[in-house]
Amino acid sequence: MSKSPEVKLVNVPSPNFVPEKDAGKPLVLEAAHLGIDFGGLVAVDEFNIGIGATEICGLIGPNGAGKTTIFNLLTKVYEPTRGTIMIGGRDTHNMTPVQVNQMGIARTFQNIRLFDKLSVEENVKIGLHNHIGYHTLSGVFRLPAYWKEEKKAHEKALELLDIFGMADLANVTADSLPYGAQRRLEIVRALATGPKLLLLDEPAAGMNPSETEELMNNIRKIRDEFQIAILLIEHDMNLVMGICESIVVLNFGRIIAKGTPSQIQGNPQVIEAYLGTHRG
Amino acid sequence: MLAHLINGISLGSIYAIIALGYTMVYGIAKMLNFAHGDVIMVGGYISFYSMTLLGLPVPIAILAAVFVCTALGIVVERLAYKPLRAATSLAVLITAIGMSYFLQNAALLIWDANPKAYPNIFKNFEAVEFAGARISPFAIVAIAANLVIMIALTLFTTRTKVGKAMRAVSEDKGAATLMGINVNFTISLTFAIGSGLAAIAGVLLCTAYPTLMPTTGSMPGIKAFTAAVFGGIGSIPGAMIGGILLGIIEILARAYISSELADAIVFGVLIVVLIFRPTGLLGKQVHEKV
Repeated sequence: MSKSPEVKLVNVPSPNFVPEKDAGKPLVLEAAHLGIDFGGLVAVDEFNIGIGATEICGLIGPNGAGKTTIFNLLTKVYEPTRGTIMIGGRDTHNMTPVQVNQMGIARTFQNIRLFDKLSVEENVKIGLHNHIGYHTLSGVFRLPAYWKEEKKAHEKALELLDIFGMADLANVTADSLPYGAQRRLEIVRALATGPKLLLLDEPAAGMNPSETEELMNNIRKIRDEFQIAILLIEHDMNLVMGICESIVVLNFGRIIAKGTPSQIQGNPQVIEAYLGTHRG
Repeated sequence: MLAHLINGISLGSIYAIIALGYTMVYGIAKMLNFAHGDVIMVGGYISFYSMTLLGLPVPIAILAAVFVCTALGIVVERLAYKPLRAATSLAVLITAIGMSYFLQNAALLIWDANPKAYPNIFKNFEAVEFAGARISPFAIVAIAANLVIMIALTLFTTRTKVGKAMRAVSEDKGAATLMGINVNFTISLTFAIGSGLAAIAGVLLCTAYPTLMPTTGSMPGIKAFTAAVFGGIGSIPGAMIGGILLGIIEILARAYISSELADAIVFGVLIVVLIFRPTGLLGKQVHEKV
């Protein structure tokens, strides 16, 4: 297991804590008493989290614990049954996924959902959509604004692709990319929407150890360069313990532990959730 | 022979323009808008009355028809289809058929059942001689309109941000929404474009067959739908190829085999094509995942 970063978590107002470096800055995301029921089934309950401005936070837990459901709640794919989600201090009650995205939350998907028939560059441009500033009509008539903004979008897309060294693949269709590159493209596309918080759903799934190592460096690089927060779901404990400053452990839709990587590693409840206990 | 071919291509061009409306709406909203044919009829009436009753010049009358049909397309989508966004495709299909009858009967009420004689909008233009065949101004305009529309639409969907957003929505609505794409706007825009094109098709159709009735749009609508399926529904070049081939087959069948059997032959060819290529000529083969 790679060495965990030495982080000190400090309390902020509300029941949350963030890394010391983010203590003075407003929280990028704060969820309180969040819960959702599907029919009679309580899928998530009493989910509380506060994420600092440049924090890398891990969301872990056994399969079916409700991790992706939480991503769907935070991005308003589902409207929560209970609780509140504040983005940058604003309540997101009744907001649509598009509004939440414009407020600064972007995500990737556990099962890759790229626009397969679009090129790599076009996929990134879909992410840039709300930052390309020309009217539909100037696109139809190809007015100067169209050329100027499309050129800017093209350059921006290549710049973003370059983070992962993918600029030379710009014209390839997304479905012809190898698996690892598709996962990377999803991150670039999400990043293109200009998020303050990036949600990564199993970014290392299906990657080999060296690809995972590279991904870890890139996640850190994205955080440092763009000064954004990252919340990630991951089963690869090497990655989680290696880059996360704080970790939230979920089991059966409820948080069972929160803390720094070293606190989590030694937590008996977490070990029990993952391995089960011996009942005699 | 050449004359028949040109007639076929010009009739096929009309089918192609109508088929674009079907194929774009199917590609993005994943629904068959059977009311599309009746928007053509509305386009015919609006242009007819703009010319005859209001005495407007032809280009203005066409613009008026495009404007009204575009608005009609948006309104129909908002009122009839948008509330069913999450419903089963069968419910949406039945609604579309209902909307088709609604438009026909509304037209019956407003404009009555008497056929109107559509004016010949090309009466001031001469036919052109080409390789021994006379090419009517109608044929030239229909073919040219089809080409211009096809090129413009291709540029729009591949080169502009809204066009790219349309393609993204057609692939994965959910993912597009989460990237900040307004799916409702995109769907409205698709209906607007399709219906605007239907107005142009309406003017061309009424020029080719100058009898305007509330049911004028239904048969060409069905044939254009056939053309869209023939070419591969969801594909813009497929609509063009499907439309033109259908036009040629229809005209040749009428000229050389039997004018009564022409429609049966057209649909027969569709059945044969679908047996061998179930997704149409340019449709993507769908790999079934196991």
